[in-house]
Amino acid sequence: MQNLSAINWGRDAAVPGYGRPITLFVQCLVDSLYPGVKEAVEKIFLRLGLDVLCPRDQTCCGQPAFNAGYRKEARNAAARFIDIFGDAETIVCPSGSCVNMVRHHYPLLFENDPKYYPKAIDLGRRIFELSEFLVDVLQVVDLGAAFSGRVTYHDSCHLLRGLSVRSQPRRLIQNVKGAILVEMKDSDRCCGFGGSFFLKYPDISAAMAADKVNAVIGSGADVVVGCDMGCLMRIQKHLTCLGSGIQALHIAQLLTMNS
Amino acid sequence: MQPYIDEARKAISNFVLQAALANLQDRLGKGAAAAYLNLPEGPELRLKAHDLRMQAINNLDVLLETLAVQVEKNGGRVIFAEDAKAAVGACREIARKHGVRAVVKGKSMVTEEIGLNASLIADGIEVTETDLGEYIVQLAAEHPSHIIAPAIHKTRNEIGTLFAEKLGIPYGNDPPTLTWAARKALREKFLAADMGITGCNLACAETGHIAILSNEGNIRMATTLPSVHVAIMGMERVAATLEDHDVLLRLLSRGAAGQKMAGYVSHISGPRRPGHSDGSENYYLIILDNGRSRILADERFREILCCIRCGACLNVCPVYAKIGGHAYGSTYCGPVGAVVTPLLTGVNRSRDLCLGETLCGACREACPVHIDIPRMLLELRSMLADGDASWQVRRNSLLEKAGWMIWSWMMQDRRRYELGARLMKRIFP
Repeated sequence: MQNLSAINWGRDAAVPGYGRPITLFVQCLVDSLYPGVKEAVEKIFLRLGLDVLCPRDQTCCGQPAFNAGYRKEARNAAARFIDIFGDAETIVCPSGSCVNMVRHHYPLLFENDPKYYPKAIDLGRRIFELSEFLVDVLQVVDLGAAFSGRVTYHDSCHLLRGLSVRSQPRRLIQNVKGAILVEMKDSDRCCGFGGSFFLKYPDISAAMAADKVNAVIGSGADVVVGCDMGCLMRIQKHLTCLGSGIQALHIAQLLTMNS
Repeated sequence: MQPYIDEARKAISNFVLQAALANLQDRLGKGAAAAYLNLPEGPELRLKAHDLRMQAINNLDVLLETLAVQVEKNGGRVIFAEDAKAAVGACREIARKHGVRAVVKGKSMVTEEIGLNASLIADGIEVTETDLGEYIVQLAAEHPSHIIAPAIHKTRNEIGTLFAEKLGIPYGNDPPTLTWAARKALREKFLAADMGITGCNLACAETGHIAILSNEGNIRMATTLPSVHVAIMGMERVAATLEDHDVLLRLLSRGAAGQKMAGYVSHISGPRRPGHSDGSENYYLIILDNGRSRILADERFREILCCIRCGACLNVCPVYAKIGGHAYGSTYCGPVGAVVTPLLTGVNRSRDLCLGETLCGACREACPVHIDIPRMLLELRSMLADGDASWQVRRNSLLEKAGWMIWSWMMQDRRRYELGARLMKRIFP
């Protein structure tokens, strides 16, 4: 592991050995509601001296439709995703849920499509969730960020159980100067977001979010960090309802803090 | 009419139930996870068990025939029941034949599924549940709210009041005292019964025996004291060999309660033989289809037949933890119920069971035989979205379909997508 905080940020600070261009896929939730997260991701790569492409025509990976059962509609969006990102060498996305969709559900969606099936399999190997990419691929754990306070981490379901990413975000948090990682009870328990679940079953979703938020508060943390804005939106909403001052932050936001 | 949502709401506002469910999950859910790690073969045994179960399901016709031949060879009778009506009919016929007046029952979800108790009672037979939780539920005239812990929704105070009323004991809420009172009442039932009815956790085709697990010893008495024993099993509950059977029973105990093995394991291969001092004189095994063949015939859902009904998925499900078992409105609740119930009783009428989960995947991780429940929930949702002729499923909502078609159209163009994004900002300010 290299300590990049000691390096002078610039073009020549590029992570050695990673010569491939990085293409950013921006989750629709981030794109429409949390542009700050996208900026933070871009800033991270800028700091690492890596060029980031962000295809202008990108839309959605199709997960919302897929999870609701609308496979034809999901397939349309997925095919477009493959058309746009098919030639990208490395795709990074600040959402474990979207990456899980591409890596694990695209093959199912296109199992009877000889044209898209091989592309879907191939794409699944080249798309990474942000923390997974930083730690496993770039082997960077210290981005020179600083935050003084206690940080608790929420394991998003698809990131944890779909992509088996558990340690990577925690290592990134532990390497933020001044940050103390405190575990909450049942960090791997669903927050109650579940895409359209929280619109269709608001009472159940709220009850689940209440458990999550109680765990967050119980951890004594100043901020709760996650890798998926869906969960963080649900958690923040409930924290605000309770009048708690705890902030829900995307990991990219934490990693670009310097105070 | 939204029973799922209404019942869920009721459960969420019931603080006592919420605490009981949280406690259940903290103990049993975490207990199972720890128990898998201590498997001598390692937690990967679950993947092997998945293969064993799938093989058994793929060869179900042969295994059931072998099982039936072995049971008959051991002196038992085997009855294949196509549906609930046939199974209940067979039970009533057996009771009539043997002049049965009192039945003691072991805990069995499959008898709940076929609604057996009511029919026997209508025939003038006294039916007593002998699993403590199930007994409580029966006295209260309710239904189980958990596959393994049927009375998890009831507090000790409620049980104290119930026992005072039904058993004529002074009110108290001390669990040992209440258990003792139930034990005393049940002993009399055991001794007076002329027929025992149980489920079957797992049958073994190779040997022709069935295994029934319990932690109260009631199964042992229900299967040996009365002169007639009827065991009812879902047709999927069979292992090919004794070796497979062993693996699955160990996983079942760990999944259900984090135990290496349940407190009592009854292996029953047939009626009492000459020279034996106990055992029933007449033994019947009813093998129930009731919609399972249809599941077997569909590759998308066949995997759910691997389920050994341990309840491990209930003990980790964040939705079950909030809504409890009754919201599912059927015999089988929790994640497994969300797949099995629609397939057994109709997808359209159980639409909330198909849609009311977050697809978090905790159930798959907790399953001792590694069943991919979220995958099947997604399949059910796709049936609801576009209809499915093979299951007579109607499209759930034309309006919703239209909405997703518009969504799909918007996703085909960046400018339309941005328009959608602006709309989203309105919805989630």
